[in-house]
Amino acid sequence: MQTHADYRLSQLDELESESIHIFREVVAELERPVLMFSGGKDSIVMLRLAEKAFYPARLPFPLLQVDTGLDFPEVLATRDSWVERLGATLVVASVDEAIANGVVVDDGRTSRNRLQTGTLLDAIEKNGFTAAFGGGRRDEEKARAKERVYSHRDEFGQWDPKNQRPELWSLYNGRLHAGEHMRIFPLSNWTELDIWHYLEREEVEIPSIYFAHRRRVFERDGMLLSEHPANPCRDGEVVTERTVRFRTVGDLSLTGCVESEASTLAEIVEEVAVARVTERGATRGDDRFSEAAMEDRKKEGYF
Amino acid sequence: MDLLRFATAGSVDDGKSTLIGRLLLDSKAIFEDQLEAVEATSRTKGFDYTDLALLTDGLRSEREQGITIDVAYRYFATPQRKFIIADTPGHVQYTRNMVTGASTADLGLVLVDARQGLTEQSRRHAVILSLLRVPHLVLAVNKMDLVDWDEETFNRIRQEFVQFAQRLNVPDLAVIPISALQGDNVVTRSENMPWFEGSSLMHHLENVHIASDRDLRDVRFPVQYVVRPKSDEHHDYRGYAGRVASGVLKPGDEVLVLPSGLTSKIAGIDLYDEEVAEAFPPMSVVVRLEDDLDVSRGDMICRVRNAPEPTQDIDAMVCWMTRDPLRPGRKLAIKHTTRSARALVKDVQYRLDINTLHRDLEAGELGLNEIGRIRLRTTQQLFVDPYEQNRTTGSFILIDEATGTTVGAGMTN
Repeated sequence: MQTHADYRLSQLDELESESIHIFREVVAELERPVLMFSGGKDSIVMLRLAEKAFYPARLPFPLLQVDTGLDFPEVLATRDSWVERLGATLVVASVDEAIANGVVVDDGRTSRNRLQTGTLLDAIEKNGFTAAFGGGRRDEEKARAKERVYSHRDEFGQWDPKNQRPELWSLYNGRLHAGEHMRIFPLSNWTELDIWHYLEREEVEIPSIYFAHRRRVFERDGMLLSEHPANPCRDGEVVTERTVRFRTVGDLSLTGCVESEASTLAEIVEEVAVARVTERGATRGDDRFSEAAMEDRKKEGYF
Repeated sequence: MDLLRFATAGSVDDGKSTLIGRLLLDSKAIFEDQLEAVEATSRTKGFDYTDLALLTDGLRSEREQGITIDVAYRYFATPQRKFIIADTPGHVQYTRNMVTGASTADLGLVLVDARQGLTEQSRRHAVILSLLRVPHLVLAVNKMDLVDWDEETFNRIRQEFVQFAQRLNVPDLAVIPISALQGDNVVTRSENMPWFEGSSLMHHLENVHIASDRDLRDVRFPVQYVVRPKSDEHHDYRGYAGRVASGVLKPGDEVLVLPSGLTSKIAGIDLYDEEVAEAFPPMSVVVRLEDDLDVSRGDMICRVRNAPEPTQDIDAMVCWMTRDPLRPGRKLAIKHTTRSARALVKDVQYRLDINTLHRDLEAGELGLNEIGRIRLRTTQQLFVDPYEQNRTTGSFILIDEATGTTVGAGMTN
């Protein structure tokens, strides 16, 4: 048994406690929650916190993954392993199926990432989910810095940043009208470094592509992208093999990697601690379109 | 490493954004791509200097109007502490955002311009921080470079503020002369103000003693959720999940459960798959009791001779957060700890002028962003402590039942 001489929690324990409180509050008050699970590091931390919040009971909600058809196989393998260990229910919403069913329109110019929004909203509506846990953090991006822990979405799944509910103390307001839902962000107060520290401490499985590995890559817009049939090289782009790792995992065609030798969590923590560029700025093509790229996507109903 | 949450209030003119920008820059919490984006935007707008407010004003409408509207949360860490800044706008029409930011803060930072001294706005910020019982207050006298680092000017402002703060509830006050623009006394001690013997702002933030702010004596454990696995392996497991609001819980302690009034002993306290020897605020744990009592969400576990008095009559200070005024006779939903009920507004005793502390007994109603004392009658008993004793069991929110929005923030008397 642990004792604390000074009755102080470390900041990581305090963040953990806050997030667990949020998970329990949502399950107690909202009817059909779901956890949006991408297999990325943030959603793994979320899942770990959810596991702790309800232990020794099983997760009282399913996981929802939006399959872009361009997911890294290593990420899907980690997803399956987590689902099996926790005995969780997994709901997969496929972008390809959404295109086939006419839910979203692939005009050839819109990225897979953007098509996820329609697919996600469709899955939330069809399954009647009233609360969707997301791994968004306020330190990621300035539009996110303004987001509530309980983020209200109207019947169209839209976020109205000018009309958010005040959020005081740890008293969350989960009131909804029919057709509306909440996005819940239990990791709001975590930073990228907190996430890595926590993964290191908890010693849980994460996708192997977060660690340094050899990969055939080419440079585009200052990012290193993977060689892949879905991602054909343009004129002048040259594929070389380098030692790289990923800082975020998204859609294969948009997520870049960085050159790195970090092959353990301790080495990653060290690297993140001295990083001078945000993870999204460095490796996410989807956030680069405009200064308000994230705000616009969030208004539409993105994660 | 522990965590300190602090709230800042102010407008661009006070140099608040410059100060936050400097704290973030000097603790390396701003990344190169963020700084480059802000530099580029400042250039296209034709500014001579890098407008650090652009870092915090995240919404397009805020950038367009050049003002902070909403609460923005910012993060930085030093080897000693991690910090969460609730950055709130300063104008009176955004009082509700200031109240929101202050509700979770351990420390409040009020900025004044040394050339102007105390203003109505800086007094109002101090009043709000004291109403929300933010235990530590820092008055940063900024732009000292523009008054030639003059000790007299600083002393005059400090004197005036100390006198004003006597009328408020301010347990801990520090007054620091700074220049956010030039960095004096922000992270390192200023060479321009050798007469100042106190520590720099960052040093103060890193070292201010917050451990004693919590109440470790009065056990309050609002039951949030009942964990019942209903699996073969844990067939008989029944635990009460929640976050410790105050006090220290230990296995073997005799406890009282509200509202039933039944007593039992703590059989064990679980944190995931391990048993812990004690639970204290703000830990999220699962408490198991020796007896099979009927305990559910909204109940509260306390000690036998130390429990709040269950009541349906609430006397509280309320900050009203919506246009449609708060008047006697109005029915609202109330959420207090993990307990939800309905509430009827019995009367509005007075409206507090947050600039002068004058009580208007004739007001009869509270408008948007106004603060006043009201009485409520609730449909169910609530287990409240005075807010000045317990910020968790003394706080509640009021919700409009038709729109579902949070319309009021309450602090019990």
